[in-house]
Amino acid sequence: MTHQMERPPAGPQARNPTPSQREGPPRASNWLAYTYPLAFLALAVACWFLVTGGGLVAPYVLPSPMDTWKAFADNTGYLWTHTLVTSVETVIGFVIASVVGVLVAVAMVYSPTMEKTFYPLILFAQVIPKIAIAPLFVVWLGFGPSPKILVAVLMAFFPVVISALSGLRSVDPELLELTSTMGASKVKTFCKVRFPAALPELLSGLKVAATLAVTGAVVGEFVGANAGLGYVILQANGTMDTAMLFAALFIMSLLGIVLFALIQIAEYFLIPWHASRRSRTRT
Amino acid sequence: MFAHSTDAASGPGAGPEGPSGPMVSVSGLDVTFQSKDRTVRALSDIDLQIETGEFISIAGPSGCGKSTLLRVIAGLTRASGGHVSLRGTPVQGPRRDVGFVFQRAALLDWRNARDNILFQAEMRGLPKAWARERADELIAMTGLTGFEKAMPFELSGGMQQRVSLCRALLHRPDVLLMDEPFGALDALTRETMNVELRRLWEATGMTVVLVTHSVAEAVYLASRSVVMSPRPGRIVEQFTIDIPGPREYETALEHPDFQRTAGRIRELLGSTSVND
Repeated sequence: MTHQMERPPAGPQARNPTPSQREGPPRASNWLAYTYPLAFLALAVACWFLVTGGGLVAPYVLPSPMDTWKAFADNTGYLWTHTLVTSVETVIGFVIASVVGVLVAVAMVYSPTMEKTFYPLILFAQVIPKIAIAPLFVVWLGFGPSPKILVAVLMAFFPVVISALSGLRSVDPELLELTSTMGASKVKTFCKVRFPAALPELLSGLKVAATLAVTGAVVGEFVGANAGLGYVILQANGTMDTAMLFAALFIMSLLGIVLFALIQIAEYFLIPWHASRRSRTRT
Repeated sequence: MFAHSTDAASGPGAGPEGPSGPMVSVSGLDVTFQSKDRTVRALSDIDLQIETGEFISIAGPSGCGKSTLLRVIAGLTRASGGHVSLRGTPVQGPRRDVGFVFQRAALLDWRNARDNILFQAEMRGLPKAWARERADELIAMTGLTGFEKAMPFELSGGMQQRVSLCRALLHRPDVLLMDEPFGALDALTRETMNVELRRLWEATGMTVVLVTHSVAEAVYLASRSVVMSPRPGRIVEQFTIDIPGPREYETALEHPDFQRTAGRIRELLGSTSVND
């Protein structure tokens, strides 16, 4: 019996694992980790400059980085207002999808009847093209934010249910047998064993759901809206204001990235024990 | 020193003191598993009495139903026929008065060693102060001192299994049930764990039922060894292994009587079906 702690599998950078590596990763690898993505981004922007600066393409086809920035800077108030609208729709849609998705998954895990009832419905809701039913939601719910939220919910729901379902099922069956010899209630077992065990998969599902919720909200806005980034894009498209269109596109991407990052941060605090986080904190 | 006994009913009762009546009583037990196209008879007509303070090892090749027998005693698997009782009360569902150790440690990945041990107390709603004291006692007893704060992924297989053992013992169960607890460990670690488990049993006098496919483990650890054969699982013979005082691993293994018992068990099992 070795009275020694076994280290988890070391990451590529941790060739010589020492205790000090737990506190701080080596500087060189950190620097490298950011160099390649940043260099690639710089290259992409440089190409963008070259193509648009040389007069190879017309500005209404591809605006220059400067034009895009100008569209951005000159319309901050306008863009901010519409970003806020889309953000609220996205976040509300995402939260509803998460809560309902987890609840449905829990019901399905504990009751085979519920699973048989819900699964075809969920699958049907997933395979139906969202863009095709968005107009129907406008008919039902009008031009306000609710049809957009509904499309966002519909988009984000599926990955939440699927990841929660597989997460809740990933729990060690022996652990459940063990708790049955402890005489604990089902609720207690769920809170202390099943739900924590499901968190890693659930959180990766939430990341997918967050980015889809943005798409959902914008799709909803395309169909019928007088506010939001989807509306901005339609307006810009109509007036051939490609620079503005680009600015709106960038904000939309940023919105998805911010939501994604927020869940990443939540992961850091909620599942520091999980393998996917361990390798990241150590390399 | 090593008395052979084929009498299933009379265990010697190695414990210093014991209440009247056996700790575990199994009589005429049958277990059959029903699947779509066939019926598998896992256990057939098992009779086994376990007295308080005994260390019983159940040895047998894979598929002989030894794990099933253990699970039936814990109430995790339902008996198809016969009678099983624990401390005089019939086993009808998962029992709270047992401690269970699986082959895999089955720890909660998000809790450190100490909190994994205390999990037992939390689920049972035991007094916190009492549980903490008991956990520290067990941590000291199993050589986990210094690793209380370590997360499961930071622990070796042997250390993880110690945590699992502490968790199983926290509530002072009437009987400790172990299902091939050291099967996944390397030979050296396994040996150390055997010595420590034996010492723990000698110190506490608890009732232990251990399932193993290692003959050496079965003979070294137990006060009585039950040998089973497969298809359908039944008890073929029992050996009382009666050495007074602490057992040293090396001397015990080299003891002629010990080797004779081990040899006999190997013969019963058929050398090909056993690896140890």
